[in-house]
Amino acid sequence: MKKIFYTLTFILILGVMFTGAAFAQGELPTDDEVNAVAHQLYCPVCQNTPLDVCPTDACRDWREQIRGMLAEGKTEDEILQYFVDQFGDRVLSAPPVSTKFNWIIYIIPPLIILAGAIILFRSLKEWTTPKATEAAAVEDGSGSSSPSDDYVARLEEELKKQK
Amino acid sequence: MIAEFGYGIALVSFIVAVYSIVAAVYGAAAPRKSASLVESARRAMLLTFPLITLSAAALIYLLVNNHFEVSFVYEVTSISMPTYLKVTAWWGGQAGSLLFWSWLLAAFASAVTLRKWDRDIEFLPWVIMISSVTLVFFLGMVIFYENPFTRFWLVNGNVEPHMFAPANATVFTPQDGNGLNPLLRHPGMVIHPPMLYLGFVSYVIPYAFAMAALITGRTDDRWIRLTRRWSLWAWLFLSFGLVLGGRWAYDVLGWGGYWGWDPVEIAAFMPWLTGTAFLHSVMIQEKRGLLKHWNMILVILTYALVIFGTFLTRSGVLSSVHAFANSPIGPLFMTFVSATLIASIALVIYRWPDLRGETEMKSMLSREALFLLNNLLFMSVLVICFWGVIFPLISELFTGQKVTVGPPFYERATAPIFAALMFLMGVAPLSAWGHSTLKTLGRAMWKSALAALVVTVVLFATYTKNFIALIGFFLIALVLLVTFQEFWRGTRARQRSQKENFFTSLSRLMGRNRRRYGGYIIHISMMLMAIGILGIEIFQTSTQGSLAQGEALDISGYTIKYRELASWDDQGKGVNFTRASLDVYENGIYLGELNPRIDFYFDSQQNMTIPGNRSTLRDDLYILLVDWQPVSNMGATFKIFVNPLVNWLWIGSLLFLLGVIFAAWPDRDATEETSRRGVTRQASQASAAD
Amino acid sequence: MTEETTNTKRGLSIWVQVAVWVFVVGLLGLVAFGLRRAQNPMAVVGDRVPDFDLVFYEGYEYNGQKEMKLSDLQGKIVLINIWASWCKPCEQEAPDLEEAWQFYKDSDDVVFIGVDYVDTPAGANEYLTKFNISFPNAPDLKSNISSILNRQMGVPETYIIDREGVLQNIKIGPFTSVDEIISVIESVR
Repeated sequence: MKKIFYTLTFILILGVMFTGAAFAQGELPTDDEVNAVAHQLYCPVCQNTPLDVCPTDACRDWREQIRGMLAEGKTEDEILQYFVDQFGDRVLSAPPVSTKFNWIIYIIPPLIILAGAIILFRSLKEWTTPKATEAAAVEDGSGSSSPSDDYVARLEEELKKQK
Repeated sequence: MIAEFGYGIALVSFIVAVYSIVAAVYGAAAPRKSASLVESARRAMLLTFPLITLSAAALIYLLVNNHFEVSFVYEVTSISMPTYLKVTAWWGGQAGSLLFWSWLLAAFASAVTLRKWDRDIEFLPWVIMISSVTLVFFLGMVIFYENPFTRFWLVNGNVEPHMFAPANATVFTPQDGNGLNPLLRHPGMVIHPPMLYLGFVSYVIPYAFAMAALITGRTDDRWIRLTRRWSLWAWLFLSFGLVLGGRWAYDVLGWGGYWGWDPVEIAAFMPWLTGTAFLHSVMIQEKRGLLKHWNMILVILTYALVIFGTFLTRSGVLSSVHAFANSPIGPLFMTFVSATLIASIALVIYRWPDLRGETEMKSMLSREALFLLNNLLFMSVLVICFWGVIFPLISELFTGQKVTVGPPFYERATAPIFAALMFLMGVAPLSAWGHSTLKTLGRAMWKSALAALVVTVVLFATYTKNFIALIGFFLIALVLLVTFQEFWRGTRARQRSQKENFFTSLSRLMGRNRRRYGGYIIHISMMLMAIGILGIEIFQTSTQGSLAQGEALDISGYTIKYRELASWDDQGKGVNFTRASLDVYENGIYLGELNPRIDFYFDSQQNMTIPGNRSTLRDDLYILLVDWQPVSNMGATFKIFVNPLVNWLWIGSLLFLLGVIFAAWPDRDATEETSRRGVTRQASQASAAD
Repeated sequence: MTEETTNTKRGLSIWVQVAVWVFVVGLLGLVAFGLRRAQNPMAVVGDRVPDFDLVFYEGYEYNGQKEMKLSDLQGKIVLINIWASWCKPCEQEAPDLEEAWQFYKDSDDVVFIGVDYVDTPAGANEYLTKFNISFPNAPDLKSNISSILNRQMGVPETYIIDREGVLQNIKIGPFTSVDEIISVIESVR
């Protein structure tokens, strides 16, 4: 068992040296570059706070992870994918459409809204049609007088009532 | 003992409230109706307010005097907190805020039962019943599940919370309390929850009247006339609570924004959406006698969403930064929401045939048709919000996967709808009740539309090439111009007929039509807020960097130079402050110093990130201290946001407040007012005039 | 219902009524489901723990295996400690856990497994090295294990599973001493 421990420390030291080397080679990514990626992620520990502005230690580690991956030359998509693989879909700011099920989040609201619009339109029709002829007559009537005159007339009529 | 007193009084008020339900129902529904029984229910209702006030006074006494043997006091206060925060800690925790809710409800219900009932006496018992049922529910939770008066007892060496002394127990008093969550110590947080609760609670009253109308079968629009002002005040409180919440987030949450589409924020936003739709659709029922079903549904939805919103914040169903810890009251809330919702829907279906509209609609472009469209849009935003909040649950149910529904989803889905709403705001004031055509609308609108287009072109040439922003600015300009035009035309018309000077005319015109012109003021304020929202959503820039002393960062024309950092303990307040000093220059000109800081609270072991903010009408320079090197005090990391135009959001909210108060202000002679309205209503139905 | 009250006026058609009720009841059911999940931790003392996979961190193994299932440990008492490198209370108990492991590691019927909740490899390595943790540790991929055991209520949490794979003890928050850990295990042993 002690052997495992020593191997572990050895590997760790190697790892630290290695990552150190990688950082030294390339330019260290700036905070802004890190935040540009982090802004699209949500860490499960502090829900509903985007990673770039989350002050917890867990999120700081994540940002360092992103910095390291950027330094290694990983693209934004690769980094996002890494976090999805490690921590699940919940790290993304909206459900990805990669699974069929998640499509329903984007489909249901438009459907409901459309249904609402149809119901509204039909009710409007139902209310308007019986008086179609009358409405046409009104249209002609209002067409002859200018709208502002109409308005003033209405207003004055109301004012008279109020006195 | 104060704790027992407070608890005892809460228990008495619970019993009194239960009595008022029984008496009201029995007095109204028993074979032999009893007016005296209803009157006694009314008095019982009135009695609950002073009783709960006493109970709350007991709790405040315990909070202010550091009675840490009371577990609630221990959880939310500490010795180092100033007195005013100890008082506001009342609603800083679960148990206390439920008592606060009950207290507000008792106050409102009492106020409404005190009015003259004369013609509406048949509503009275049912209004009492609905209010009391809600009150009993909240008080019941205070008494049986979330008791703020529970104390710590030392039983056989263990500390246990109990209301009454167990055998062989002595009271255990901790040295100091946990202290209020530092996030809740901000002045904005002192008034944000009460405002929100005021809004929530006052929507109980319109709901109670709606139910009374359904139960009694008196389904004309009397209930709407009685509660019109209530729903306006409720809307005011709710709106203002939301705005204050945004301001609080901007000032203390330290992420450069005011609204994060957090489930709990949305939970408070949803009743606002239905409430706003209700404000508009009510006018159609009053003017045209249409939409009686719809108004009922809206009031029921609002009430359900209010309870649902209170429930969401407490039950832990949706994890969120705001969530109170898991608690046993979740299932109770669930049961209550379900029961009231099912009962209300059943009632609406039962009375459906009685709720038919009186008149016909004449044109698809009439004001009522446009108001309906407005309602459709508000409901669409509601659908999106509700779906976004509920989807993680659905996902977990069907796939076992947790997902996040974050700001990008809501922003993309709701932005076009908000744009459409703004367009409606520009059109609807020009349309007439009853009839309007494309021709009349076009003629009324073209000048404003053209002017708005000119504004947009100027902005395109000088300010921004962003397409979405330009659409937004066009709509804002359109609404502002149309609204001002409305003020102008009304005043001119009155001036001509009354021979008054311009300002007398304007003020009399507005005074005679409070709701209409108050509404226009609200529209203007909404546009100012929209300017702020567009500014921060589209033009926000940010940068982050670590600076050594003397180094500087550049962003959007500003140069921010890091001067020094100081860190010290304030034992009296129990806080460690770490405060950076930065000099701000714009194009080489010194503007002043900003001091972002991090406060660390010893009692709760929590950090607060307080931004240094320089606010002008053009933009906000908003700096956060992210990190610093404690050893050398040399380097520090800052995150800097430039939030253009965001100040207009707060300016708009102040105007908004004025607009609603103007619209809701009681008229000098209310009785004359209502009778006149009754006459004009008949007249307007006959002539289809405004 | 509506048909009775209708004479000249029209009630709501029965289909609309059915649709409304289905919708409302479905919605309430959904929220009730969410509430139930939020309120009940998944694992309950006395229940069999559902199986899950473990992929150990670099440098860790169990009996030469780098990957295994919980069910592979049937017949042994398993202590599962959920931790994270950013979690301060975890640091309190980490040395005690390691010391308790030193006490048990040569017995062949007790196994300690660390499960690292929402963490980065760098953070995990730093933590494991700092406290010289030698019992096998695995990341909680996609929060799968913590969603089976504690529904992500918090870290640290420790679960003791008996030889039959039945959950016997849940410790929420850190252990305060080595003795506490040992006495809990002995009570199951």
